[in-house]
Amino acid sequence: MDRRTFIKTTIVGGAAVSAFGFNLTQVRAQTQALKIARTTETRSTCPYCSVSCGVIIHTIGDRAKNTTPQVVHVEGDPDHPINRGTLCPKGASLEQDILNERRLVKPQVRRPGSDHWEDISWDDAINEIAQKVKKTRDETFVEQDQSGHTVNRCEGIGWSGGCTDTNELNFLAVKTMRSMGVCYFETQARV
Amino acid sequence: MSDERTLQIQQISAHPGTVPGQGAQREVEVAKYIDVTTCIGCKACEVACVEWNDHPFRETTFDNTYQTMPTTEWNYYNLIKFVEHERDGNFMWLMRKDQCMHCADPGCLRACPADGAIVQYENGIVDFQQENCIGCGYCISGCPFDIPKFNPKTKKVFKCTLCSDRVGQGLEPACIKACPTGCLHFGTKSDMVALANTRAKQLREQSGFQNAGVYDPQSIGGTHVIYVLHDATQPELYGGLPSNPQIPPSYTGWKWLAKPAGLVMAALGLLAVFFHRVAVGPKLPQPEEPPPAEAQPDTIEAKRKEKP
Repeated sequence: MDRRTFIKTTIVGGAAVSAFGFNLTQVRAQTQALKIARTTETRSTCPYCSVSCGVIIHTIGDRAKNTTPQVVHVEGDPDHPINRGTLCPKGASLEQDILNERRLVKPQVRRPGSDHWEDISWDDAINEIAQKVKKTRDETFVEQDQSGHTVNRCEGIGWSGGCTDTNELNFLAVKTMRSMGVCYFETQARV
Repeated sequence: MSDERTLQIQQISAHPGTVPGQGAQREVEVAKYIDVTTCIGCKACEVACVEWNDHPFRETTFDNTYQTMPTTEWNYYNLIKFVEHERDGNFMWLMRKDQCMHCADPGCLRACPADGAIVQYENGIVDFQQENCIGCGYCISGCPFDIPKFNPKTKKVFKCTLCSDRVGQGLEPACIKACPTGCLHFGTKSDMVALANTRAKQLREQSGFQNAGVYDPQSIGGTHVIYVLHDATQPELYGGLPSNPQIPPSYTGWKWLAKPAGLVMAALGLLAVFFHRVAVGPKLPQPEEPPPAEAQPDTIEAKRKEKP
C-alpha cells in the first residue's frame, strides 16, 4: 500500500465511522452494573425490634440446583404494609447480620461476677439453662396466693419472644411456659 | 440508559396517519428531595448507602456531636450533619443529609482535565468514571460543596453516584428507599420542586417558620438534590451549606480562557514551524568556508549578514 492509498483509506474510513453513528461518548460513560439485577429475591422479616419490617434478601443465583446461594444485598420490601420499603439504620445493615465475620455463631456464657465471655457447647448450654429453670421454678412457684386462691404460678421466670417468631413457635412457647406456670410472657412483636 | 429512546419508533411502513408516541416528551431529569425539617437523624440513609455500594464498615471519628464523622469520605458518600441550633430560646437539631448535590452546572466536571472522568447524564446525575480519573484532584477544589474525596490508595476520586446504577434500571437511590420518616423523596425534578414548594408553604403558613424555603441554588443552574430548610435565608446554619455556591472563577478562567489560549498558541507555534520550513527551508550543515579575501573587520554584524 502506498502512501496515497493509506491516507485515502484513513480519511474515508474515519468519515464513514463518524457518519454511521459510532458514538464514542456512550461507550465511555457506563454506569456500574446493577448488582441485584438477576438475584433471587426472598421475602423475610427484620429480626430486630417489634415493628417487624419486611425485607427482601437478595441472593446470588436463580435457585438452580448447582448454585449455593449467598446473600449479596438486603433491602426493604416495598410490598410490606408496615414499612413499605423503608428500613431503620439497624435494619438497613441486615446484610452484615449474615456476612460479618464478627457475627456470633456459637453459644457463650458469662458467669456471675466474671468479666469475660467463655465458650460453651450447645449441650452444656441447654443443660445449664434447664437446671436454672428448674431451680428458679422450684424456688419461686406459688401454689396459693395470700387470700388462699389456688394460682399455681411461677413468678421468677419471664419469656420474651421475637418479632420473627412464627405462629408455631409462639404456640410451643405458650404451651411450654404455661406448663411451668409462667405468667410473664410476651411475644414482643407489634404486628 | 438510552435504549428506550433509541427504540422509539420513528417511521412505520404502510401506516396511515401519524406515528403513535412520536413527539411525546417524558421528563428525564431526576432529583432527590430532602426535607430537613422532618429528618430525625436516624442515619438509615448512611447505612443504606454503605450497604448498597459495598463499602466497608469503617471506624468513625467523633467531634462532640452525634454526627458519624466530620465530613464525607471517599467510601462514605452520605453523611447527616448534626447542627445544634437555638431558636427563640429553644434548642433544636438541624439535621442535614450531606452528599453530592448533582449540580446542573457541576464545578467538578468543569474543573476536570481528564477526558471522560466525569460525566453528566441526561437525567442530571453527575457521575465519576474512576477508570478515566487521573487523580489530579481538581474536582475537589472545583466543588462548591466540598464533596469529592480522594482515595490515597487507588489515587482516584469518589463521591455519591445518586445510585446511577439503580436509577438507570428504574429504581430509586438506596438512601431514598431506606428513609423511615419519608423526609427523602425521589422523582422527576419538577415533581420534587413542586413537592418542596408545597412543604415550604406549609412550614411558613402552619408551622411558624416564616423563612422556610427551598434550596435549589440557581448560581450553579439548580441542583438535582434539593432541600427544604426551616430558614432558607441562612443555609450556612445547616453545616456550611453555601447560600450562593460558586464554582471557583479560576477554573472557569483556566478551562475557558487559559486552556484554549494555550492550545491556540501551541497551534500557532506549529504553524510558524511549518511556514519557516516552507519559506526558509531546513537547516543544513554549512560547509566550512574559508574566510573572505577582503580584509573586513571581523564584527558580529558582518557575521550575521554572512549567514544564509
